Amino acid sequence: MLKVTNLTKDFGRSRIINRPSFEVGKDEILSLVGPNGAGKTTLVNLISGHIKVTGGIIEFLGQDITFASPYRRIKMGLARNFQITNLFENGTVLDNIRICLFSNYGKIRRGILPATHYKAITEEATELLDIFGIGNKEKLFPPSLSEGDKKILDTAMAFALKPKLLLLDEPTSGVATGDKFKVMDTIVAAIKKEQVACMIIEHDMDIVSDYTDRVLVLAEGNIIADGKPKDIMAESNVKEILFGVRD
Amino acid sequence: MWPIYILNGLYFAAFIFLISLGLNIILGVMGLLNLAHGSLYAIGAFMAAWTITRLAEGASIFILLPALLTGTALAALFGLFMEYFLIRPMYKRALEYQLLITFGALMLFEDVIKMIWGGEAIYASTPFVLLGRVNILGNPYPAYFLLVMLLALVVGVLIWLFMAKTRIGVMLRAISLDREMATAMGLKINRLGTFSFVLGAALAGFSGALVVPTTPALLGFGMEPLILAFIVVVMGGLGSLKGALIGSLVVGQTRSLGIAFFPEIELAVMFLIAAAILVAKPEGLFGR
Amino acid sequence: MAQLKSFVRPGLIIYLVVISGFLFLPRIVSTFNLILFQYGITFAIVALGFNLLLGYTGLLSFGHGAYFAAGAYGVAMTAKYFPDLFSLEILIPIALLISFLISAIFGFVCVRHTKIFFAILALALSMLLYALLFKFYHLTGGSDGLYVKIPMLFGHTFANMRRPQFLSGFYHYFLVGMFFAAYIVMKCIVNSPFGKALQAIRDNEVRAELIGIRVRRYRLYAFIISGMYSGLGGALWGFVNGHVTPDVSHWIFSGELVYMTLLGGFGVFAGPVVGALIFNFLKLYAMGSTEYWMFIIGATLIIIVLVLPGGVAGGLARLASRIKQPSDKGAA
Repeated sequence: MLKVTNLTKDFGRSRIINRPSFEVGKDEILSLVGPNGAGKTTLVNLISGHIKVTGGIIEFLGQDITFASPYRRIKMGLARNFQITNLFENGTVLDNIRICLFSNYGKIRRGILPATHYKAITEEATELLDIFGIGNKEKLFPPSLSEGDKKILDTAMAFALKPKLLLLDEPTSGVATGDKFKVMDTIVAAIKKEQVACMIIEHDMDIVSDYTDRVLVLAEGNIIADGKPKDIMAESNVKEILFGVRD
Repeated sequence: MWPIYILNGLYFAAFIFLISLGLNIILGVMGLLNLAHGSLYAIGAFMAAWTITRLAEGASIFILLPALLTGTALAALFGLFMEYFLIRPMYKRALEYQLLITFGALMLFEDVIKMIWGGEAIYASTPFVLLGRVNILGNPYPAYFLLVMLLALVVGVLIWLFMAKTRIGVMLRAISLDREMATAMGLKINRLGTFSFVLGAALAGFSGALVVPTTPALLGFGMEPLILAFIVVVMGGLGSLKGALIGSLVVGQTRSLGIAFFPEIELAVMFLIAAAILVAKPEGLFGR
Repeated sequence: MAQLKSFVRPGLIIYLVVISGFLFLPRIVSTFNLILFQYGITFAIVALGFNLLLGYTGLLSFGHGAYFAAGAYGVAMTAKYFPDLFSLEILIPIALLISFLISAIFGFVCVRHTKIFFAILALALSMLLYALLFKFYHLTGGSDGLYVKIPMLFGHTFANMRRPQFLSGFYHYFLVGMFFAAYIVMKCIVNSPFGKALQAIRDNEVRAELIGIRVRRYRLYAFIISGMYSGLGGALWGFVNGHVTPDVSHWIFSGELVYMTLLGGFGVFAGPVVGALIFNFLKLYAMGSTEYWMFIIGATLIIIVLVLPGGVAGGLARLASRIKQPSDKGAA
C-alpha cells in the first residue's frame, strides 16, 4: 500500500531522515518508535506532504506521490492527525467532524443551502462520534474538552476523511496515563472496524506491544529494526537506543 | 539628461529609504504596521517648516540644523505618546485591532496638524534656495538634493552600525528574527518595542523635516510617501533593512524615469516590478 | 420553552420589523435623512461582503475601496461611453462583472499571503487603481470624477425626475430590495458547507489544508465574493451620490470600510450592517458640527478598539446574553 524507498530530508546541513525504506501493507497496524529527535514526526510530515522531500521515493497505492500536493494525497486516501491537537476551535465537535465529511464528499463548494440541511452527513458525523465514544459531546467546543477527548476528536477528524492509510502522530501524548488505554481502545476498535491501515508513532512500549502487529524502530533518521513487537524488544541494540540500557 | 534622471532617482530613493527604514524597524521588532507613519512624517515636516519660517530672516544654511532637530524631536514625542497610550494596550490583541488603532491615530494626527499649524500650506524653501545649484556634467542640479542623499546615507550607515554593533541593536535584531526565542532569553520585549517605535517615529520625522525645504508642507503631506514606503516594504520583505535599501533604490529610479517618460503609468510600472518580485519570491527580496 | 420559541421565532419578527421599517422610511423621515440612510445601506452591502473576508475567512483587507470603485466606475463609465445601456438591469450585472474581474486579479496576488502582508498588498493594489483612475483623466475624469445620471429600468425612464425625487421614490425600494437580497445570500453563504470551510480556514489554516480544503483557492473565492459585494455597493452608491471620484479607491476610504465593520462588530453576522449605518450618521454629524471631524471619528475608533472590541453588535449580544442568563435560570 505505502512504499517508502531511500527517503532523505535535509534541514540546512543536517540530514534528519537518512534513507529509510519500508512498506506498509493493507489493513496493517504498525507502530513507529524511536528516541526523541530520531525524525519520527518528520517522517510523517514527509509522507503526508506537509514538508518537501529532499530525496528518495514515496509510493502510495502503486503511484509515485513523492511530489504530490497534500491535497492529492488526502484525496488518494492518506490522512493524518497531529501530535499537538489541531482543531477548529470556534466550531462545535460536530462541526469539526462535519467539515471533514463535507470535504471528503467534495461538497465544500456548496454555497447556498445551510450545512445543517445535509442530513445524511450530519447523521454520519454523529455515528462517527459515537464510534469514537464522544457522541455525547457533539455540542461542545474543543477548548472545553479533556485532553484525551481532544486527541480522540483529532483522530476522528482524520478518520472522517475515509483514509486507506491513517498516520497517527502520538495519539496518546498529553493524555493522563490512566486514560491512555481507553483512548487507544477506542481508536484501534474504529480502525479495525473500517479496515484502515494505520501507522502510529508511539512512545509507550506497552501500547506498542498491546495494539500493533509490527514495529519500525527509527534512529538517527533510519530504520534500524523492523518486526514483531516481542522480537524487537528482545534485541539488545534496540533496547539501548530506546531505553539507554545495555544488557 | 540621463545623469539627472539617475540623480533624481537616487534622491527619491534617499527619502523613501528614510521613511521605509522607520516603518520597517517597527514592523520587524513589533510586528506592527503603523498606518500613521505618514502622519509622523508630516508632523516632522510641519514642525521643521515652521522652525524655518521663524528663523528665515538673514539665515545661513545652518538653519537646517534646528529644523531637523525640532522636526525629529516632535515626531519622536508623538511616537512616544502613541506607543504608550495606543499601541501598548494592543500588544496582545489581534492584528485587526492593531491596524485599526494606528488608523485611528492617523485620523487624529491629521487633524492635530490642522489644529496646530492651520490648514494653510507652509513654504520653507530657504535652505533649498540657500544651497543653490551645482553643475553636474553641464546640467545645473539643486545642491540640496545632494545633501539629502548624503544625509540619508549617513543615517543609513548609523542605523546599520547601531543594529550591528550596539547591545540594544543586537537585541532588536534578535527580536525581529525570533520573537519567542528572544522572550525566552529574557529580553524586555515591551521596552525594546517602545524604543523601536520611537526610533521609527523619529526617522519618519527626520525624513519629513529633511524633505520639507523642497516642497511645501500641505495637509495630507504623508499620504503619498507612505504608499511608496509600503511598496518598498513589500518588495524588500517585511522587516528587512537590506530590503528597504534595495526596494527604495528600485522605487526611486522607477519614479524618476516614470516622471520623465511614462507619467501616467509610473505607479503601475512600479507595481509590475513589485509583482514580478513577489512571483519569484513571495516573501519579498529579503523577507523571511 | 422550546415550543414557545418555535412558535414565536423572535428572529423572524425582528426581520419583519426591520424590513417594514426600511420600506416605510420615505414616509417617516426627511429626504435628507433618507438619503443619508441610503448611503448607509449601500455601505452596509459592502460591509456584509467585507466581513465574509474579515470575520469568516480571517483576512483583513485595507484595499476594498478598489472593488467599490470598480462597481461605481463601471456604472459611471457605462453612462459616459455606452449611454444606450444605462439601465439598472444591465448596470448592476456590469458592476458585478467588473468588480469580479478586478477582485479576481488583485485577489490572486493577495491570497498568497496572510496577515500584515495581505493587508499591505491589498492596500497597495487599491492605490494602483487609484493612481490609474486619477491619471487617465481623459477616460475617467481624473480628480473631477464622473457624473452618474439617473438610470432607466426596463425601458422606463425617470428622466424628468430630480434626484431626491428619484431616490425617495422607486430607487429606495430597489435599494432596500437589493440589500435584503444581498443579506440573505450572504447569510446562506456563511451557513453553507462553503462558509464552514472558510471558517475552518480562519480557525486553523494548517489543519484545513490537511482535511482537503484548498486553502489558497478558497481564500480567493471569499476574496472575489467580497469584492463583488463591494462592487454592488459601489454601483448602488453611485446612483445615490450622483458622482464618482477616485477617492473611493483610496486606502483611506478602505480604512473607513474596516472601521464600519469593526464599529458594528465582525463577530456577529449583522454587525457590519449596524456599523455601516451608524458610521455614516456619525461621520456626517461630525463633519457638520466641527472642522475637526477626523479627530472626532478617529478618537471614536480608538475608544471602540480599546473598550468595545466586539463592536456595537458584539456589545449588545453580550448584554443580551447577560440579561438572558438569569431569566433562564429562573425558568429552570
